[in-house]
Amino acid sequence: MNFTLHIWRQKNTNSSGQFVTFNVTDIDSDTSFLEMLDQLNEDLIEKGEDCVVFDYDCREGICGTCSLVINGHPHGEKKATTTCQLYMRDYSDQSELWIEPWRAKSFPIVKDLAVKREAFDRIIQSGGFISTSVGSAPEANSQLVNKEDADCAFDSAICIGCGACVAVCPNASASLFVAAKINHFQRLPQGKIESTMRAERMINQMEQEGFGSCSNHRHCETVCPKEISVSNIAAMNKIL
Amino acid sequence: MDKLNSNAPTGPLENRWEKHKFDLSLIAPQNRKKYNIIVIGTGLAGASLCATLGEAGYNVQSFCYNDSPRRAHSIAAQGGVNASKNYQNDGDSTWRLFYDTIKGGDFRARESNIYRLAQLSCNIIDQAVSQGVPFAREYSGYLANRSFGGTQVSRTFYARGQTGQQLLLGAYSSMSKEIASGRVKHKSRCEMLEVIIIDGKARGIVVRDLITGEISSHLADCVVMCTGGYSNAYYLSTNAKGCNTSATWRAHKNGAYFANPSFTQIHPTCVPPTGDSQSKLTLMSESLRNDGRIWAPKNIEDCDKNPNDIPDKDRDYFLERMYPAFANLVPRDIASRALKGICDEGRGVGSVVNNQRLGVYLDFSSVIQKMGAEKVKEKYGNLFDMYESITGENPYEVPMKIYPAPHYTMGGLWVDYNLMTTIDGLFACGEANFSDHGANRLGASALMQGLADGYFVAPQTVANYLAKGKFEEISHDHPEVISSVESVKNRIESLMNAPEPKHSPDYFHRKIGSILWTSCGMARDKDSLKKAIKSIEQIKIDFWKNIKVTGSDNDFNQTLEKAGRVADFIELGHLMCVDALDREESCGAHARLEYLAESGDAMRDDENFGYVAAWEFNENEPTLHKEHLDFEFIKPTYRDYK
Repeated sequence: MNFTLHIWRQKNTNSSGQFVTFNVTDIDSDTSFLEMLDQLNEDLIEKGEDCVVFDYDCREGICGTCSLVINGHPHGEKKATTTCQLYMRDYSDQSELWIEPWRAKSFPIVKDLAVKREAFDRIIQSGGFISTSVGSAPEANSQLVNKEDADCAFDSAICIGCGACVAVCPNASASLFVAAKINHFQRLPQGKIESTMRAERMINQMEQEGFGSCSNHRHCETVCPKEISVSNIAAMNKIL
Repeated sequence: MDKLNSNAPTGPLENRWEKHKFDLSLIAPQNRKKYNIIVIGTGLAGASLCATLGEAGYNVQSFCYNDSPRRAHSIAAQGGVNASKNYQNDGDSTWRLFYDTIKGGDFRARESNIYRLAQLSCNIIDQAVSQGVPFAREYSGYLANRSFGGTQVSRTFYARGQTGQQLLLGAYSSMSKEIASGRVKHKSRCEMLEVIIIDGKARGIVVRDLITGEISSHLADCVVMCTGGYSNAYYLSTNAKGCNTSATWRAHKNGAYFANPSFTQIHPTCVPPTGDSQSKLTLMSESLRNDGRIWAPKNIEDCDKNPNDIPDKDRDYFLERMYPAFANLVPRDIASRALKGICDEGRGVGSVVNNQRLGVYLDFSSVIQKMGAEKVKEKYGNLFDMYESITGENPYEVPMKIYPAPHYTMGGLWVDYNLMTTIDGLFACGEANFSDHGANRLGASALMQGLADGYFVAPQTVANYLAKGKFEEISHDHPEVISSVESVKNRIESLMNAPEPKHSPDYFHRKIGSILWTSCGMARDKDSLKKAIKSIEQIKIDFWKNIKVTGSDNDFNQTLEKAGRVADFIELGHLMCVDALDREESCGAHARLEYLAESGDAMRDDENFGYVAAWEFNENEPTLHKEHLDFEFIKPTYRDYK
């Protein structure tokens, strides 16, 4: 398969960027999207040029590192999938692909397609934990957890922190990310006690980081590779 | 030789850790803030250690190469974490978990360490639950368990197929709490490239900021490496692309002994490779073996047929046939070797790679019939979805195909009972050390070890080291600091300016990977190891002559990062082969063809090889030091899973 790639290239946070067009040829259909970019970079090394920087690590959809907007869609058009799990067989031969970084004020571009997501770390640091200390935990079965609550907590806890929800939101809101963490802990007896304070602190931090508010576009739920529901946001609003 | 004192306590096994803890020196709470500790890596071991040291009141500096500490590869562990809680009343106990682990490792690990690990396993579950890790539960509200790879009791705690993710996020959240408190100072997107040793003690590290390329030194009273394993030496593995040996290899070159480098685990249930562009292999949790049945066609001519058209009588459920007692649940090394054997006979299925079909079926049709698709979905849904997204095939309708892939490395930096390497003040935790899994690791034990080291062992032993020592203030213009920074800069200079730049880092990585996979993978023998050692020596020469890195070193440059890592994998690969050649026996995952029984089982030689091979770095050739393993409590037996 052959593709024409329009890739966003930007030297660093302070410089301006632009699309640069590349052609990749002879791509096997079972090649993953990122492996296709690997091949482009091998070609660039061959030519003596600087490679295109893009973030990746586990390449199995769980670490949350990869982050591309492909033809306008964070993580591509395929549902419930991270970029690293896209395969070229999902695209038609000879097609043109527009590849961009996440775009949000709170996620500054570092270089080319890579962005800085430390704002997410700071939101977790503001309250995304249960204030327990090592050694103080009681016997695990001494506090029972309703199975339904445990399952719901799990469904919120599977957020991989990739930031696609922010990238797609017209307000660049981090509400889904924040709400998922708040609900994960709120559903468990261990985490419930600190719920209100946790929610206040995390939401406050989200605002300080420059993320926008939720105005119910619900695009976040559509692009979330882990299909985290916007009902988390409603539940978060109820806590306050 | 005294360097290899394991410092393991004596006396009754049950009391050793308690007694040892009592004998360790303590630092009073008000004095802890005077001590500085560097922790490298934020996987289960690193994040849990940062959290615990921060809570205790120490000053911690933490570093990771990812863009956030939450992304370390522990996150990809699927199946679960073992603990001998015996909630299922099926005869489990600390002793049984200890016994299973030592036997699973084919009697190539220390009794004292493993017993401690088994004891601490229960505390890990308590700790994780209190952090809000959403483990699977019964309708009663109690924690659920399942049995997992190679055990006859249900002792594995799990969070669907994402146990590693949930445990890591738990540790990350506790670590984040300590970052907020100011006691842990964390830097992401930094790679450690050198250890700074002053007066024989590890006192700091040199790191490269991966965004700006800036090289800086960071100083402390001791250094803990939680930097994971080196399966990526094989190029294709289930590890994340960034996983590397650079931190452990730098430590080794500075004097830390490397133990059992050839003990690498090839995991049986991975998605088979399909072609040349492949950049990594994906593991399918071994929990699938609880319900899936593994088979290959009996007749070679059936290998390219639709599996659903092959009648039961023409299927060879080879693990059930070869190992009736454990059947599809035999330990990983045994399952992998059996699978390879079938494919070598020509009875593999799926894509042809290098003239061979690499795959066998993992079939859920009988369990779907019995339990219904819904129940199967609840148990394995995310794994089935993952398989479908990779292969484009629906495992509810067509059996999965699996093939072994490098997954975990039991070898690592040699450490004593206190998890300290042969360099004073340099500790290694989690997969980065060699300590607990012997020659083969059992399923659901990696998470257990990483967290035991980070939450419970290292915080105590590091404090003891600090309490006993005197640490003079060191300035950044100390000659050792300057020379360490210089050596990092010179090395980067050599990578950027090879005399005849020709090939990319990946080119060399694939080369070394393919040699290791063929000669130091699931089957090893003297001749091919000798050949491999020669070829690797040549690759090393070619690498430094022909490595081509484009872009600049004062910039975000992923090609340069890769080149530095591949350079270290080449040297480590050499040591892996040297170690595999030296060990003239088969044990656990180390299968020397000369020492396999006709049945394919490993023939151990306790008399001559009942030791940990700890290698000391020398410019010419490594020196072998032996730590003899004494078994006071368990008599080494033949590992029979029939």
